[in-house]
Amino acid sequence: MLELVLFFVFGTIAVGAAINLLAQRHPINSALSLIVVMASLAALFLLMGAEFLAAIQVIVYAGAIMVLFVFVIMLLNAGEEERTPGSRVAMLLGFPAVVLLAGLVAWTLLARNPHPVPVDLAGRFLGSPAAIAQLLFRDFLLPFEITSILILIAIMGAVVLASPAGTTTGSGSPDQPPARREE
Amino acid sequence: MLSITTFVIVTVIKIVIALVVLLTAVAYSTWLERKVVGHIQNRWGPQRVGPFGLLQPLCDGAKFILKEDLTPPYVDKPLYLAAPILSLVLALTSIALVPIGGWITVSGVHTPLEITDVNIGLLIILGITSLSVYGVALAGWSSNSKYSLLGSLRASAQMVSYEIALGLSLVGVLIMSGSLNLRGIVDAQGGHMAFWIPRWNIFRWPTQIVAFFVYLTAAFAETNRVPFDLPEAETELVAGYHTEYSSMKFAMFFMAEYANMITVASIATLLFLGGWHGPLFGPGWLQAILPVFWFVLKVFCFIFLYIWIRGTLPRFRYDQLMGFGWKVLFPIAVANVLATSLIVALQK
Amino acid sequence: MVPISYYLVLSAILFALGVVGFLIKRNLITLFMSIELMLNAVNLAFVAFAWQWKSLNGQVFVFFVMVVAAAEAAVGLAIIIAVFRTRETLNIDRVNLLKL
Repeated sequence: MLELVLFFVFGTIAVGAAINLLAQRHPINSALSLIVVMASLAALFLLMGAEFLAAIQVIVYAGAIMVLFVFVIMLLNAGEEERTPGSRVAMLLGFPAVVLLAGLVAWTLLARNPHPVPVDLAGRFLGSPAAIAQLLFRDFLLPFEITSILILIAIMGAVVLASPAGTTTGSGSPDQPPARREE
Repeated sequence: MLSITTFVIVTVIKIVIALVVLLTAVAYSTWLERKVVGHIQNRWGPQRVGPFGLLQPLCDGAKFILKEDLTPPYVDKPLYLAAPILSLVLALTSIALVPIGGWITVSGVHTPLEITDVNIGLLIILGITSLSVYGVALAGWSSNSKYSLLGSLRASAQMVSYEIALGLSLVGVLIMSGSLNLRGIVDAQGGHMAFWIPRWNIFRWPTQIVAFFVYLTAAFAETNRVPFDLPEAETELVAGYHTEYSSMKFAMFFMAEYANMITVASIATLLFLGGWHGPLFGPGWLQAILPVFWFVLKVFCFIFLYIWIRGTLPRFRYDQLMGFGWKVLFPIAVANVLATSLIVALQK
Repeated sequence: MVPISYYLVLSAILFALGVVGFLIKRNLITLFMSIELMLNAVNLAFVAFAWQWKSLNGQVFVFFVMVVAAAEAAVGLAIIIAVFRTRETLNIDRVNLLKL
């Protein structure tokens, strides 16, 4: 009973914040709505017994990735979206499209589910850190090591892409003063 | 064990007591800071309002409430109001996971001395620390002024960078304790090792003292305290991200900073200094209260250390600060994790 | 007792909102956030199925999805910064020619 109430509370908050993400014009408000979505999803993970994932969702997704988004929005400061005639048509078509697509995906997920198991915690947590660590460092060790290389590549790519033109290739443009030596 | 209503009533009582104690502790740590920094700078600090200036926090609170609450017309109002509330709420929430003592029995109810006992308590506290970056970032953004924006961007970048060293320095302790449960980690530190040295994590392996200092440095940076307080330095950025805030909203940022200090000090006590373990003596009722006293004493030592360093050290420049966090603290923390896992693996 | 289909329907709704957001929004950063919304919806479905089949593989996969999302967010935002630096706009209708 309490789980049903909690599910509906957090589910409504998630859907409401997702709709707000689409409805807001300034990207900073959309970013904050996405953070609310992620936090309510963390609560839903906790309701399903995935306690480690709930904490990781808050720490990594809402606490690091979204901070990156908020930084970029604040630094670029590009302003609000404009209301063109094209965007009004897009919004009119958008609502039935959401309903259609959600129905399609939901039907696909549910139709192939012969034995649905209701979520009922009864004091047993399924996804404790110890259990996930057993899987992660034994069966999934190779993907784990590959993701570390993936993150390294992403860091290098981000640094190269975001740095101002000319500083990473080592040759500044001719009308700039030579770079100061770091001490 | 406990029926539902008893559990709810006990929890509500614990929440009320914890909030009252935490807010009083925050208020009096401001008094302590002004006194100690004053004495370090060879002056008295507050001494007129009450004996030794002890009523100063009350007067400050009254001043904040009665001050004119300015809202500049060019701010983004929803975010402007939400940012201090977010900071304060997150800072006060982490006290819910901190255990202060063992189990006590009050009028037939046997209850642990913490509000909740979660299996992943330490991860949740780290998550709350990650979320508190938003309070700072939104404050600067919504204030719509260049000092605020610069200060908040610097503060957010600093907090995010040092969070990594903070988390990694705790991994060594977690490897040794084998659990993320704060009560479990403290219970693993009971008893004594050779001679009289207690089994605190700080004494156990040669690596944990390094982890302790990495944690302490990262904690100073997380809470934006000297020597890492460039984002709110008065001489550099007016007041950083809380430039445009007045009276109660500014007081909320202020309280959030001290509450964060207390939280970080509590985590250091629980993970490195053995929590509430200490010499027990005396009759039964005294033995139930003494663990709480040891815990409070250790947290007080950390707060005093914070204030002492504030009065003594100059602040880092921003590029020195970021370079230190990424190039020095992060490799040391990783090396600590490697060394600790090697030692634990060789022990098995 | 919450039936597992409720979680799956919620995941479907969030995914659909993400897809439609990707198609109708014009700001580059908001587009990117719709992608993150889609990834979150997929995470929810994974955890729901992990509960259904009582297997932790689903939760480990969510871990990997999060790692990939983090890497993708870093690189994607760097690309957005580079685009903004050269074209001075984040409106995707104006970023439709290779010529500046």
